[in-house]
Amino acid sequence: MKQDRVISLVLLAVAMSAISGLAVITAFIFKEGLPIITKVGLGGFILSSDWYPQEGEFGILPMIVGSLAVTAGAMIIGAVLGLGCAIVLTQFCPPRLVAVLKPCIELLAGIPSVVYGFIGVTILVPFIRDHLGGPGLSVLASSIVLGVMVVPTVTSISVDALRAVPRSYREGSLALGATGWQTTHMVMLKAARSGIAAAIILGMGRAVGETMAVIMVAGNTLEAPHSLLDPVRTLTSNIALEMGYAAGDHRRALFATGVILFVIIMILNTIALAVSRRRAGKAGRA
Amino acid sequence: MRWALTIFFVAVGLTVLGSVFIGSRGGKEGAVNVVGSTSIQPFAEMLAQEFHKRRPQYYVEVQGGGSTAGIEAVRNGIADIGTCSRELKPDEQFESRVIAKDGLAIIVHWSNPVSDLTSRQIRDMFTGRITNWKDVGGKDQPIRLISREEGSGTREAFQKLVMEKKPARPATGSTGTQPASGASGAHVPSDVRRPEDPKPRISRKALTQESNGAVRELVKNDACAIGYMSLGLVSGEAKILKVDGVMPQTSSVTDGTYPLVRPFLFVLKKGELGEGTQRFIDFVLSEDGQAMLEKEGLVRAGKPEGRDGGK
Repeated sequence: MKQDRVISLVLLAVAMSAISGLAVITAFIFKEGLPIITKVGLGGFILSSDWYPQEGEFGILPMIVGSLAVTAGAMIIGAVLGLGCAIVLTQFCPPRLVAVLKPCIELLAGIPSVVYGFIGVTILVPFIRDHLGGPGLSVLASSIVLGVMVVPTVTSISVDALRAVPRSYREGSLALGATGWQTTHMVMLKAARSGIAAAIILGMGRAVGETMAVIMVAGNTLEAPHSLLDPVRTLTSNIALEMGYAAGDHRRALFATGVILFVIIMILNTIALAVSRRRAGKAGRA
Repeated sequence: MRWALTIFFVAVGLTVLGSVFIGSRGGKEGAVNVVGSTSIQPFAEMLAQEFHKRRPQYYVEVQGGGSTAGIEAVRNGIADIGTCSRELKPDEQFESRVIAKDGLAIIVHWSNPVSDLTSRQIRDMFTGRITNWKDVGGKDQPIRLISREEGSGTREAFQKLVMEKKPARPATGSTGTQPASGASGAHVPSDVRRPEDPKPRISRKALTQESNGAVRELVKNDACAIGYMSLGLVSGEAKILKVDGVMPQTSSVTDGTYPLVRPFLFVLKKGELGEGTQRFIDFVLSEDGQAMLEKEGLVRAGKPEGRDGGK
């Protein structure tokens, strides 16, 4: 009895140290970042496009627009590819092939982001520059690279969601004479809808937060993009590019950029959580 | 609940202790930490290797991060030597030694017919006043600016040497071979031509890369690009332009006819230096060290000036 208690205490301490790490990081980002936001004003910070940190002008609107544009592009690509993979793996694939394909897709998640960035910059960027115009470093290039990077996340969570649909749904549908594809898109995808939404939102969180690959292929201009072929700077790359040098208000402004990023990611995660809770609730009733 | 809180604080305490422990480690015997400019990094690495060969008891560790980061590192005592590829600012009170001089090369793609620009033209390109190569005697194609990130020594040197340069008598007829019309603003709507902005900014449209190598790589592959980088690192991969009619090379950098020259500095804390640090600096400034730097395309520091450069 006593031993139980000791062990549970030790484990609790371990768990708490992880959480305390999170708490310290959060507190630190806000402590460093909030003063500059209050100084410049929230509106002046997120709605101005003048980023001249040496001269005390901190407007991150182009970076917010850039992050959202790149993420949206990445999600269109990532969701289509990822969901496609998930459907094939759960509905149309013999189990033996699944045993090979699924680990392969999950392996994609293990490739370091620099490698994605490097491939992007040596193959994708020149291709875009030569065939579509513009500098090549662009929203499009970043979206494609990020889209491929989020495929494993979207796929594996969607696969779980599709597998969680009770067998009887699928069998019932097939027994009623529906074809395989009808069953998939009218029954399976509908039933797994909230799980798939959660998969996409988690993938989005990854896309918003990715830095290294984006720095390499995005071009990092200070101007908001007007087309898919324009270069962009995202919130994360702004922090990573300038962190090494920054001092004083500049440094605080980068932390404030982190605060905005933090808020965006919190919003996405909260949505994901809410969506998957709803799924759990439904599954319970079913 | 109370014990949960206690444990929470214990956990926080452990985290802090751990980081202090990690922070206080290091400082290996005989190790010299060099942190700073990515422009100087490859040269410093080469010098460090040679130094280690000659005096195996010392080990010099070279890291990048940028000029300002190097100065910060010296300020915080993380580094023994900070490397800085621009002049120190008035509020940066440190000892400094000029280890070499470096030309700032303006580079374009090999296919670009332009071979000579005035500093005024370069400034107008980087502020975004001139946006097409045909306005400076090139092909009819857009100009793609490649710049460095905020805080980079190379960027700050460029900002100071090109962007904020006192208006040299308006385009004293570029002596170049190109018909690069001196009237650099000719194709620009007049309302854009504000009378000499005292602090012209690099255009927002400029692509930002985070190292000399990345700038070179981009210019090498993009026919419309123009960028600036350390002369010593171009290594024939891009076309170097004459500026105000002068080709950057050892002689023109030394005698000051090439306008874009910046110092490479070792930045040091005031006061006594570690033995390894002192030896390393002596080696870099010695005939052998200087000869190595010269072979790599830099220009000797020259005798007296900068011996005590910290303004």
